[in-house]
Amino acid sequence: MAAVNPALDHDVHDHGDHKPEGFLDRWLFTTNHKDIGTLYLVFSLIMFLIGGSFAMVIRAELFQPGLQLVQPEFFNQMTTMHALVMIFGAVMPAFVGLGNWMIPLMIGAPDMALPRMNNWSFWILPFAFLMLLSTMFMPGGGPQGGWTMYPPLALEGGLNVAFMIFSIHMMGISSIMGAINIIATILNMRAPGMDLLRMPVFVWSWLITAFLLIAVMPVLAGAVTMLLTDKYFGTSFFNAAGGGDPVMYQHIFWFFGHPEVYIMILPAFGIVSEIIPTFSRKPLFGYQAMIYAIASIAFLSFIVWAHHMFSVGMPLGGELFFMYATMLIAIPTGVKVFNWVSTMWEGSITFEVPMLFAVAFVILFTIGGFSGVMCAIVPADFQYQDTYFVVAHFHYVLVTGAVFAIMASVYYWLPKWSGHMHSEKWGKIHFWSSVISVNVLFFPQHFLGLAGMPRRIPDYNVAFADFNMISSIGGFWFGASQLIFVGVVIHAVYYSRQKATMQVWEGARGLEWTVPSPAPHHTFTVPPLIDASKLAHGDVTH
Amino acid sequence: MISSGVRRARRACAVVASLASAAASANPVPWQLNMSPGVTSISERVHGVHMLAFWVCVGIGVVVFSAMIYAMFRFRKSKGAVAQSWSHNTMMEAIWTIIPVIILIVMAWPATRLLVDMANVENADMTIKVTGYQWKWRYEYVDYYKKPSTVNFISSLDADSARTRQLGSGIDPRTVMDGDYPAYLLNVDKPLVLPVGVKVRFVITADDVIHSWWVPTLGWKQDAIPGIINSNWTQIDKPGTYRGQCAELCGKDHGFMPIVVKAVPKAEFEQWLATQEAEAAARAAATAQVAPAPAAQG
Repeated sequence: MAAVNPALDHDVHDHGDHKPEGFLDRWLFTTNHKDIGTLYLVFSLIMFLIGGSFAMVIRAELFQPGLQLVQPEFFNQMTTMHALVMIFGAVMPAFVGLGNWMIPLMIGAPDMALPRMNNWSFWILPFAFLMLLSTMFMPGGGPQGGWTMYPPLALEGGLNVAFMIFSIHMMGISSIMGAINIIATILNMRAPGMDLLRMPVFVWSWLITAFLLIAVMPVLAGAVTMLLTDKYFGTSFFNAAGGGDPVMYQHIFWFFGHPEVYIMILPAFGIVSEIIPTFSRKPLFGYQAMIYAIASIAFLSFIVWAHHMFSVGMPLGGELFFMYATMLIAIPTGVKVFNWVSTMWEGSITFEVPMLFAVAFVILFTIGGFSGVMCAIVPADFQYQDTYFVVAHFHYVLVTGAVFAIMASVYYWLPKWSGHMHSEKWGKIHFWSSVISVNVLFFPQHFLGLAGMPRRIPDYNVAFADFNMISSIGGFWFGASQLIFVGVVIHAVYYSRQKATMQVWEGARGLEWTVPSPAPHHTFTVPPLIDASKLAHGDVTH
Repeated sequence: MISSGVRRARRACAVVASLASAAASANPVPWQLNMSPGVTSISERVHGVHMLAFWVCVGIGVVVFSAMIYAMFRFRKSKGAVAQSWSHNTMMEAIWTIIPVIILIVMAWPATRLLVDMANVENADMTIKVTGYQWKWRYEYVDYYKKPSTVNFISSLDADSARTRQLGSGIDPRTVMDGDYPAYLLNVDKPLVLPVGVKVRFVITADDVIHSWWVPTLGWKQDAIPGIINSNWTQIDKPGTYRGQCAELCGKDHGFMPIVVKAVPKAEFEQWLATQEAEAAARAAATAQVAPAPAAQG
């Protein structure tokens, strides 16, 4: 296979950059992994801005005590929709988009294994979210019971319940198809010589994430279907009056929900494991340990779900088991952090924008990990549960974790996608503005939670006023900073005159840097020859 | 001007107090940074495991972040750093796997012992049944030293807070006071009165959706779930007024169903309970007499 077939070689030159003409042919009917990746990323950015605007409403109402702007019902819609849009609309599609774009390029495949299904799994999403967002304009408004949709509260909703559940089913179908595609691609389409243990860590992280998706999305579908039949068909899965159990819902939901948390962070680990070696000009420390750590975290994610519900009244033995299992996650996560630091150690580091975001990721994600370990301690969690301490914790891992990693990856790979360099100056302005404001936004929320402020409340005692105001200022600032990001991306794609080289970054290693920038419409129609020394993680014989 | 100066001074004092000793702040105070150690032996131990976990995290953070910051400055390309190519160190990898295991055991041990004690709801001298409703709490005094009681009442948001919290009420939440505590949204019409020094067992449930009964100074929260009865316990050491809130999203007024526990000396409590029982009996008698009347009118 590695020998160059003259016919195929000819094909590359002839049609390498041949794109379908016409807007609909190019985008609606596309089966090209790069175009679908772009669609996912653009969709994710739009959802990020919509979900962010909901967060702005939340922070504006919480700016000072007393209700000034919105009724509590609407506030609850904002918290619920913010979470649903950010999780299912922004973070997950962003990672799928990155996977679509980069996995074939990183393993030397011409496209995804199932290109038509790839098109379908994307085009379901805009309709799912149109439906979800449309509930806000229906009588009774959008869902207000929190993104976790706990019964009986979630069933008190009106029309929105059916629409929300249907849109979650559609998102689930989309995710499962995306995951099948990624697994099929990685297991079948690798270029000769790209052994599993030579794959970039980003590809590994997505392989493991895809298995998590296939394992848990059906569980979520089952849980919300039971909600649907409880509401409309008279069943009593979760209705105590009919012999059901509302706590059972929480167990089922979090059996999905905890792996879901890692679905949103494992690809981020992969991204950071690509970026740090590049800008440290040194191979990734402990490549295999990194992969085993991701696999261990994925395994543990199935046996820790009840730590989201310690206050629900479990038997002592259950609480002890889930406490110990949760604490164990600290070990593989710690290994990853130590390995990233060791990768930087004795490197030759430069701080371009992707590296800045990656370093901020390591530091701030670790802070989120610390509060995570604290939350694992059950007696202390009886205090933390459902307070702003938890809100601070999961925003540190999701915003400065997942979202920062996505931004790092956009700065890292955008030159490859667009063929132009972004503005380094405005990228740095975006970074520093984001990294300072996000801490002003979320760090005081630790204090609020410890002082006793519950989450999901539209109004609060005056003792919580000062830190809420600081947090809101940070929130508006962070929100505004993301407009810089939009500007930098638009500039890089349409207006930047600075052409990107093939390798883009001096220390970049891996197959994606062996194709021109911008990457032609079709790449690797002839499988590349793999040179192990050119892979980002370097020597894999250990 | 003067009052704002006084308020500012008071706020400054509160900051100092909260920094110096969280014990001074049984209830939330402005600029409070940390969890209150509370007013029970359990809540103090909860605070203990919280602080242990916190300092462990600080310790690890100092080590990891120092290493990172050192690497970021020492190994810069602009300072002429040349990249090495090593990517393994089995000894280091073993160390940073084993040390965290030991640290986790150190944290898990006191947490396990505390959890066992928190789960022990036996040998209580008194039982309170708590029922969550949208958006208020019902308290039933089930028994006190094995003597059944009929006292039960609904506890909901106080009138001042309820008026102030309306959208566009124009009332400054800072003016809502309970005694000298700015109790906006943390005050009720009728608090739960409990005796000091008595082990109280709570049985907690709900009637509509899931709520969560939480008074931070008692050291725990417990979900109130329809169809399920959870139990927990407390033994308050110090008389005082302890405030909390519903901690599980329960609908539009989730933020407006506070909890207030008034802990009083045992003798005072017994007197209060007797008065309440007499009143309840009188009310029951009055209801019995009046009861036929609506039927006659209807």
